[in-house]
Amino acid sequence: MSQLKELLTSLSPTKLGEAIQKSQIYRSVFRVGVPVSDRKRMLVMLGNVFLHLHPVKVRKSGIRLRFTWCMGGITFFLFLVLTFTGLLLMFYYRPTIEYAYVDIIDLREQVPLGIMREIHRWGAHAMVISVWLHMVRVFMTGSYKPPREFNWGVGVILLVLTLLLSFTGYLLPWDQLAMWAITVGSNMARATPFAGYEGPGANLLTLGENIPLISSTSDARFALLGGTRVGEMALLRFYVLHCVGLPLVAGFLMAVHFWRIRRDGGISGPL
Amino acid sequence: METIKDIINTLTAPEILITLATILLFVSAKYRHVFYTNTVALVLFPAMFVFMAISMFDEDFYLIVTKPDNVPIVGMLFLIPFFTWFSMREAVRNDRRTDSGTPLIEKEETADKVLTWPDLVYTELIAIVLLTVLLVGWSILIPAPLEESANPAATPNPSKAPWYFLGLQEMLVYFDPWLAGVVFPGLIIVGLMAIPYIDTNPKGNGYYTFKERSWEIMTFLFGFLILWVLLVILGTFLRGPNWNFFGPYEYWDTHKLEALVNVDLSDYFWVRLLGMGRPDNILIRESVGFLVVLGYFLIPPMVLARTIFKRFYENLGPARYHIMVFLLLCMASLPIKMVLRWLFNLKYIIGIPEFFFNI
Ligand code: HEM
Repeated sequence: MSQLKELLTSLSPTKLGEAIQKSQIYRSVFRVGVPVSDRKRMLVMLGNVFLHLHPVKVRKSGIRLRFTWCMGGITFFLFLVLTFTGLLLMFYYRPTIEYAYVDIIDLREQVPLGIMREIHRWGAHAMVISVWLHMVRVFMTGSYKPPREFNWGVGVILLVLTLLLSFTGYLLPWDQLAMWAITVGSNMARATPFAGYEGPGANLLTLGENIPLISSTSDARFALLGGTRVGEMALLRFYVLHCVGLPLVAGFLMAVHFWRIRRDGGISGPL
Repeated sequence: METIKDIINTLTAPEILITLATILLFVSAKYRHVFYTNTVALVLFPAMFVFMAISMFDEDFYLIVTKPDNVPIVGMLFLIPFFTWFSMREAVRNDRRTDSGTPLIEKEETADKVLTWPDLVYTELIAIVLLTVLLVGWSILIPAPLEESANPAATPNPSKAPWYFLGLQEMLVYFDPWLAGVVFPGLIIVGLMAIPYIDTNPKGNGYYTFKERSWEIMTFLFGFLILWVLLVILGTFLRGPNWNFFGPYEYWDTHKLEALVNVDLSDYFWVRLLGMGRPDNILIRESVGFLVVLGYFLIPPMVLARTIFKRFYENLGPARYHIMVFLLLCMASLPIKMVLRWLFNLKYIIGIPEFFFNI
């Protein structure tokens, strides 16, 4: 009887927890252990590469929800969600005119738990809104003022990248919505001054006497679409930009953005 | 009911909607102590909600709001006013504290350093969990839109860009694509990035305030709320076939005709004012337009530097001052062109279609 009791206590969650925490495996993974003391709470921030994004201590006013609305953090989290769901979508999606649309249908009808496309799409819309709101917050608290001028600039580029990511992704389902939204959007490039064939100044640029330098097959729109209309090449181009090019640049700039927040003295506050 | 709908349909016409929204923005800032309070929010936001909910019973309204990809914009319709209201409320509270000599809300806690774990990490964790729940719920309830397979031969009417670019598409009503689609977006990016370098007011750094930077805040809010967000909303909900205006309770009739009677400035000048034909020489024909545009960019900076912008000119120095005024003039050109269109049906100030150079 007493033996059984001993066995049971040794199996109790607390005991089990202690045993796990003492094991070599646990200690090799979580160097600091459960952050119960202030010392450990500081060490955990220093020892973990992800938490290390943050300083060990922060000003209380700066992390108030009423101050930041957590909007930058929400934007970043949405970016991570989009990266993850996007990766899953890439397993199924082939960027060719032949397959793109049917693959999207299959995603809904054949794939178990087929809401990845939903999360990806709604998350993308949410990110556009959250990045706008983040900008409003930074403006309304005057946080772009010295020493944070540069980081505001980085932020503006991140905003543009967010829109471009969303725009390039819009084409991929290859439905009517996609094709015509991108057609309308990319038609603007046709009017680029000097670089679009319907842009002001373009017909001043000629090769020799009267061979136009800028035509519908050599202008800014052509470079964007890889063709004179939204077709096969545009799909491939947008796919590569959407899945590789733009996320890399955005990720890189986010690293700069976060680094600079800390170098500029953390979240802003009154002096 | 029908009369109310008719009134709303009339009030949402672009010229009225934009004017009313601008007035609301400035009046609410002037009477911010009354407007940006909890009481107003407790009336305003539920009222907006009820309004939306009741309107959903209208067939045409329902169709527009539930169009693919319009769902997030309905969310935006609430989120952006809410956060604008919230930041202004904080600003009003802080200004009141400054007036009475009590420290700012943020200031009370700036000296307190707290441990990131748990204070910040837990906030983030909770935000992540809530957001995940929200996203998953949203995704289960509303399937992502998918229309028929792309067909280059079947142009939908209206063809719309993705919703966040509809502000630019709406600008096409007033400006040619080279301006609305290329030059202005470029200037918006450059202008935003220039803000920290032309706003040298040292006050209001790191806390909400209105009084200490009212001019900056009003410029930004006008640009963001009216010229950006409102145009997106207008382009999404109120522009139908052929980019014609349709009220929120109006049926999107493809055959709705809108008289196109827009007139170029050169027409106004040579034909209507001088009573002669338009000259054949392009440069002479458009000389008035060139003078107007040049004057627009040259005269105000000089006049303003001596009058209401005197303070800016002295503080910023010539280079920053001229960049600031140039950017402001570019921004102001949109509402100016809008008003000219609404009042005089003005099409182009300079119109040289031969070179795609129309302003
Ligand atoms: C993908 C887009 C972006 C991400 C992921 C991001 C992320 C963040 C995060 C996590 C913070 C910490 C404070 C907070 O949450 O508010 C922050 C601060 C900041 N962001 Fe962003 N941001 C983005 C875009 C922008 C944009 C569009 C702007 C401005 C135009 C901007 C300007 C700033 C500035 C100046 C700070 C420092 C604010 C302070 O110290 O109070 N960021 N950002």
